[in-house]
Amino acid sequence: MKKNSWFVTIATTLGFAFLYIPIISLIIFSFNKSKLVTVWAGFSTKWYAKLLNDPQILGAAWISLKIAFLSASLALILGTLGALVLVRFRRFHGKSLLSGMITAPLVMPDVIIGLSLLLLFVGMEAMFGWPAGRGLTTIVIAHTTFCMAYVAVVVQSRLVDMDESLEEAALDLGAKPTRVFFDITLPVIAPALVSGWLLSFTLSLDDLVIASFVSGPGASTLPMVIFSKVRLGVSPDINALATIIIVVVAIGVVIASTQMKPKKVS
Amino acid sequence: MDTPQKIANGAKPWIEQAETPFIRISNLTKKFGEFTAVDNITLDIYREELFCLLGGSGCGKSTLLRMLAGFENPTSGRVEIDGQDMANVPAYARPTNMMFQSYALFPHMTVEKNVAYGLMRDGVSKSDAADQVADMLNLVQLSEFAKRKPEQLSGGQRQRVALARSLIKKPKLLLLDEPLGALDKKLREETQFELINIQESLGVTFIVVTHDQEEAMTLSTRIGVMDQGEIVQVGEPHEVYEFPQTRFVADFIGSVNIFEGRVSADATDYVRIHSQEGDCDIHVSHGVSCTENQKLWFAIRPEKLTISREKPRGKFNFVKGVIDEIAYQGNLSVYRIKLASGKIVRVTKSNRARHDGDAFSWDDNVYVSWDEAAGVVLAQ
Ligand SMILES: Nc1ncnc2c1ncn2[C@@H]1O[C@H](COP(=O)(O)OP(=O)(O)OP(=O)(O)O)[C@@H](O)[C@H]1O
Ligand SMILES: [Mg+2]
Repeated sequence: MKKNSWFVTIATTLGFAFLYIPIISLIIFSFNKSKLVTVWAGFSTKWYAKLLNDPQILGAAWISLKIAFLSASLALILGTLGALVLVRFRRFHGKSLLSGMITAPLVMPDVIIGLSLLLLFVGMEAMFGWPAGRGLTTIVIAHTTFCMAYVAVVVQSRLVDMDESLEEAALDLGAKPTRVFFDITLPVIAPALVSGWLLSFTLSLDDLVIASFVSGPGASTLPMVIFSKVRLGVSPDINALATIIIVVVAIGVVIASTQMKPKKVS
Repeated sequence: MDTPQKIANGAKPWIEQAETPFIRISNLTKKFGEFTAVDNITLDIYREELFCLLGGSGCGKSTLLRMLAGFENPTSGRVEIDGQDMANVPAYARPTNMMFQSYALFPHMTVEKNVAYGLMRDGVSKSDAADQVADMLNLVQLSEFAKRKPEQLSGGQRQRVALARSLIKKPKLLLLDEPLGALDKKLREETQFELINIQESLGVTFIVVTHDQEEAMTLSTRIGVMDQGEIVQVGEPHEVYEFPQTRFVADFIGSVNIFEGRVSADATDYVRIHSQEGDCDIHVSHGVSCTENQKLWFAIRPEKLTISREKPRGKFNFVKGVIDEIAYQGNLSVYRIKLASGKIVRVTKSNRARHDGDAFSWDDNVYVSWDEAAGVVLAQ
């Protein structure tokens, strides 16, 4: 192999440092004894203990997870259907307009999505009483809406790459079309489904702006709680919380990447 | 009822006409928008035939095959398999199986599962299916690879998995789209014979698409030559080679020298043609339906020509030229001979002796001659 030049080495080191030093310092300071976030006063896990006894944070975390799970799953189904229509159906009127429109939420500012959804929900409630008030349901709907676009894009590119003769071969061997979908299409695009779901899950967990617009009393997500706490001053228990989230996400990423790699023979 | 004689034993139902054809394609047309991919094809294929569709790229071979398999709806015309009209039969219910140009192996299933897929869809019990799969893998010599995924196989092994998968349901009709396209020459030849063996032992009817004319010659009972969506000639391999009906067929199958000329004498048992570009008079020892002075083409294969230094006797059937190039190919040599008109004539000569003292060399003046029954006269 060619020896890496010093430039590449330095650039890589700097790049990774830029990405990971903030995260590492956050993790380190989550074990800080002192209440001051910037002064190291010895090792302690008391902030983790405090976190576990904080009903507000635990409640918000639970709500966030529920929302993320529900909206990722809904977005997966709807986004996949959208991608199937856009890729597999013969040309129909307005197809290119539709495929352009499905990616719009990717570039639309969150503020606009949040505001327009809020207006929609208020209008709907006034017209036929659903959704009654705002809360978990409206956040799930909102998150599904923009996550769906991500799923559609990811699945669409996988479907385009898929050799259509695979499906024809299954048909040819006697499988009916629905059977072909579950036996062939689904397993072949499964990696895209997994990454689409994980992407949606993290996007939903992460979202602050849209959720703030469409949530109501009793439905504060974790980012909303953290944000409101931080406005009163950064406290070390938030560092502890962030560390836990990082660990969970890291485990998720590792699992996802081992799932997606093609298995090798022993 | 007496059972018809097997094709494997030398029967030729397309001549005898005693059997009803197994596949009847009538006036089949497929248009993609304005473009006609398959143009009004009518063709009968008999049980246990190994029929080759031969033609250049884009002439509509795959499209024809896909209409037989049910992946493409004909614009007009009819397909009948074993007496049954296929118009409203979906692909999954047809008595056909197809081996795809790209093999189309299911990437997430093992070799075993790939091959068993068709049986499972038919509701064959697990243990029965396992037995049949084992037999089939044995036949294509892949038993030791049963647990592998397609991505862990070589091109040739994948091709055999695809073949096994399409054969396992013992379809009445097997459609193979360029089955050997991805194989190297040696493996290709081996597999050709394997295909013929399998075909004869299972008694399946094969339609094989290829654009390799040698492959078509080796494999088939009959060849259908396609050009721009039409079938231009159907016949046994030696028929299409020795008696092409058009210049396209003559040129497409093997190599050929074509002399353009006009009829100078037309009798019941012979015809004479004068060719300007060959500066020669051609005498053909059989009658041809033509009129005096009509424009015709005389086609003759390179291996039917003889080179000599002396002027041949008589005044017919030879041309005079200079050796322009010699290509040594081991078993034979190809001579390109340039005539006075600038036309190039190809002659092949088999290399019988290891060293030929009297060999021709570049720039020799030679005569090229042929037998009066060696060529064919083409009207188009
Ligand atoms: N779905 C389609 N839409 C439009 N045109 C098509 C379609 N499928 C095939 N064609 C056209 O029909 C013609 C015949 O295609 P086909 O695939 O049958 O060729 P082929 O004889 O199999 O060629 P090859 O030897 O390259 O595989 C081609 O010109 C191709 O461009
Ligand atoms: Mg083709």
